[in-house]
Amino acid sequence: MQELKNRAIELLENGTVARVLGWKIGENTYDPEPAFFDSVEAMKDFVYNNFCAANLSKYMIEASKLEGKTLVCLKPCDSYSFNQLVSDHRVDREKAYIIGVGCKGKLSIEQIKKSGVKGILSVTDSDPIQVETLYGNKELPYTAGMLSRCFSCKGKEHVVYDELIGESAETSTVDRFDEVRRIEAMTPEEKFAFFQAELSKCIRCNACRNVCPACNCRKCVFDGNKFDSAQKANVDSFEEKMFHIIRAFHVAGRCTDCGECSRVCPQGIPLHLFNRKFIKDINTLYGEYQAGADPEAKGPLTSFTTEDAEPSIVSKGGIV
Amino acid sequence: MSHHECTCHPGFYHDTLIPQVGVITSIRQETPDVKTFRIEPPQGGKFFEHMPGQCAMICVPGVSEAMFSITSSPTNKEYQEFSIKRCGELTECLHSLEVGDQVTVRGPYGNNFPVETDLKGKNLLFIAGGIALAPLRSVINYVLDNRNNYGHVDILYGSRSADDLVQLKEIQEVWMNTKDVDVFLTIDRPQEGWEGNVGFVPNYLRELAFDTDRIAVLCGPPIMIKFCLQALQEMGFKKEQIWTTLELRMKCGVGKCGRCNIGSKYVCKDGPVFRCDQIDELPAEY
Amino acid sequence: MKRIALENLPKLYAAIAEKQSLILPVKKAGQTNFGLWTEEADVDLATLKTVKSAKDAFFPQSETLYTCQRDGKTLSLQPEKLEEEPFVVFGIKGCDVRGIQILDKVFLSEPVDSFYCARRKHGIIVSLACAAPEESCFCKVFGIDCAEPEGDVVTWIAEGYLYWKAATEKGEALTAQVADLLEDADTAAVDAQKAAIAAIVEKLPYANLSLEGWNGKVLNEKFNSPLWEQLYKPCLACGTCTFVCPTCQCYDIKDYNTGNGVQRYRCWDSCMYSDFTMMAHGNNRTSQLQRFRQRFMHKLVYFPANNDGAYSCVGCGRCVEKCPSHLNIVKVIKAFEKEGK
Repeated sequence: MQELKNRAIELLENGTVARVLGWKIGENTYDPEPAFFDSVEAMKDFVYNNFCAANLSKYMIEASKLEGKTLVCLKPCDSYSFNQLVSDHRVDREKAYIIGVGCKGKLSIEQIKKSGVKGILSVTDSDPIQVETLYGNKELPYTAGMLSRCFSCKGKEHVVYDELIGESAETSTVDRFDEVRRIEAMTPEEKFAFFQAELSKCIRCNACRNVCPACNCRKCVFDGNKFDSAQKANVDSFEEKMFHIIRAFHVAGRCTDCGECSRVCPQGIPLHLFNRKFIKDINTLYGEYQAGADPEAKGPLTSFTTEDAEPSIVSKGGIV
Repeated sequence: MSHHECTCHPGFYHDTLIPQVGVITSIRQETPDVKTFRIEPPQGGKFFEHMPGQCAMICVPGVSEAMFSITSSPTNKEYQEFSIKRCGELTECLHSLEVGDQVTVRGPYGNNFPVETDLKGKNLLFIAGGIALAPLRSVINYVLDNRNNYGHVDILYGSRSADDLVQLKEIQEVWMNTKDVDVFLTIDRPQEGWEGNVGFVPNYLRELAFDTDRIAVLCGPPIMIKFCLQALQEMGFKKEQIWTTLELRMKCGVGKCGRCNIGSKYVCKDGPVFRCDQIDELPAEY
Repeated sequence: MKRIALENLPKLYAAIAEKQSLILPVKKAGQTNFGLWTEEADVDLATLKTVKSAKDAFFPQSETLYTCQRDGKTLSLQPEKLEEEPFVVFGIKGCDVRGIQILDKVFLSEPVDSFYCARRKHGIIVSLACAAPEESCFCKVFGIDCAEPEGDVVTWIAEGYLYWKAATEKGEALTAQVADLLEDADTAAVDAQKAAIAAIVEKLPYANLSLEGWNGKVLNEKFNSPLWEQLYKPCLACGTCTFVCPTCQCYDIKDYNTGNGVQRYRCWDSCMYSDFTMMAHGNNRTSQLQRFRQRFMHKLVYFPANNDGAYSCVGCGRCVEKCPSHLNIVKVIKAFEKEGK
């Protein structure tokens, strides 16, 4: 952390960058917030710890409009999102000075609480995690507090950076399509019941959409009255399903599987599953493709080749 | 329409959010983009009694609902009118309606110009720009219909062009011919056949150099209000002597849905009429 | 004071539900929210905070106001029926009860919102004391005693029993309905719990959050603070904080075309959304800074100005836990305190 902070201060001082986009220390170890730092003085609140899970790449849309370069701290998985935003012409690569920061899997306080810890007074981001609570102290293995997305990590390599600081670790223990296969194996009735139960929790807060780096339209179709599936809760619970399904279609081929949608959902809906299903199908239909791996690559859904799958595949009920 | 009595408020029959059906009984094309609609309940008459400056929610079901000032005066005992400019989805739709079409109406909402208190017995100066004559027409007609309760009346009204002057017939035939009323019209740019003043309202206001022995009532686009306010203050008017209206997005009309909240005020309930010194106390977010 | 053994709670639920509908914390797909009790419902009294507050019971996230039919040129309106049947909301915590009292100030002030009013009249609140407050709780700051919440009936879970005390006439009537299931009890277990909770509440990280300087009179001073410029930056402009909040009451009124008419409904809205204040001719809050500021100014300044100093926050801590960017009202209050503004 100190090396990263010193380097950021150095780049601010020598004028290479006009500001730093990183994380600001919260009230506790576990609630750092994304923040812009525009002076060495402000950098006193800079933090980078294992709770810094937020993907900062989307903040670069606004930062790209500002004068001068922005130093942005990207974790390996965030770097895919950054590249995709460059492909989408929403972020200017020249306006970013990317420090690829190390990641050993990110922790989440929600995840820690799921293991039955209550009344947290302090928590470390170490392995094992030491938790001091109102109701006694506890020790948890690091993985007990890790975001579920980190168990199917894309790897420790950054796909874009100007320099790298910090070590990363492999955290992947499961195939990311395992969950998709489990759902594919369900009967239609079971699938419907599964998604019904999950999506009926949706409160239409739009956190998934607003955090999603692929949801980067200047004006979202759901914002406004023209569309019956407008941004807010409707009288018909069917609307909730439509919102998420339409959104999944809109980001298909551009979703890097960063997992932010599921991380931010206040109702714990595993929204990433929709996107993973699309990614899995795209891989099967058009060949292996990882959005954001190469900003010059043509997206499978935005290019045409004679080898492309025929539309008739849809009438056969898609692929399983 | 079936009514449901509120179980905790005996005699309280339906929520203020539930409108009444209204029939358009007359449409007057005022300018290329302003029409005045006479809307009545199916049985005729008025929906409710209102005071000058108050508003009502008009809705085309399936399209949208919005707040409009009631342009007719409460002294009109027969019907209520709304002058509406075509500028968005709902107003576009309203302009496509014909006599006999039905909409919904609920109200009256908001406060009113202080015709029975602060304005009473005073000389009055009305300043309006464009469609903003709509809310002022209500108060002007109220004043003219209760002529003995008020002093001298000056009306300064301006628009982009002569074709954009709303209620021109009434202005020329009634207002201009009422005792102790002076009407000053102005348009932004010279136009063939126009013999009146040419120039923006604030500039004309300066030229006219009204005495400060009167209350000013000001309505118009924000930019006009800003410069008229400046001009009035240069002329020696105090903010306590100037009344105007604010307009923000509204949904409920009763100060609960939150969107017209500015500072501790709800424009739909505590407004739309404010004295200029009251507006100064609000955060600059209007 | 009465009590019932915890293993008999299903009987209590069934007895209540026999006479009126029963709304209580139910776990569905891993999350606990207030929901209708059925025999299959997975009742969850162990989770301290439901994701959404209990406000849905009185001010649902979405509700139809009336239905409109068009026959030729003729419109006819059918207003939605007001609540006419009693219902019980069970397991509401002290913060959420206060949240409802704050909603009362809005919806029961003139002109009364009859939809809300009817639900308030027919709703019976059975509150539940908090046995284990958590780190995000700061209800104490607003003078709420989580160990002794308000309500028509107040309950405590201690030593294998649910302790039950009727506090109002409505509460007495409900108690009479289920009297067969309750036994008389002394207050020893409850008193012990109250003392234990009081000690824990003192140790909560935000227990001594200072609201000094926040009141209805500091409008322009707070509004014009340069701090907002820094505070709003990570805000994603989502509605999470608004929708999990027990006191946020802004709503939208919209039309839903059923294909056979128009349902006019209202649903929760958020001042954080870009179109909240959008009009045909413009928007008076165009930046996220303005929208972010509005939410906190409303809770800590505008609302107190109109309600004898009462804040529109109950310290439930849901926004503290749920904000995707870890922003919240605590951070805002602390930032102002630090700057001495």
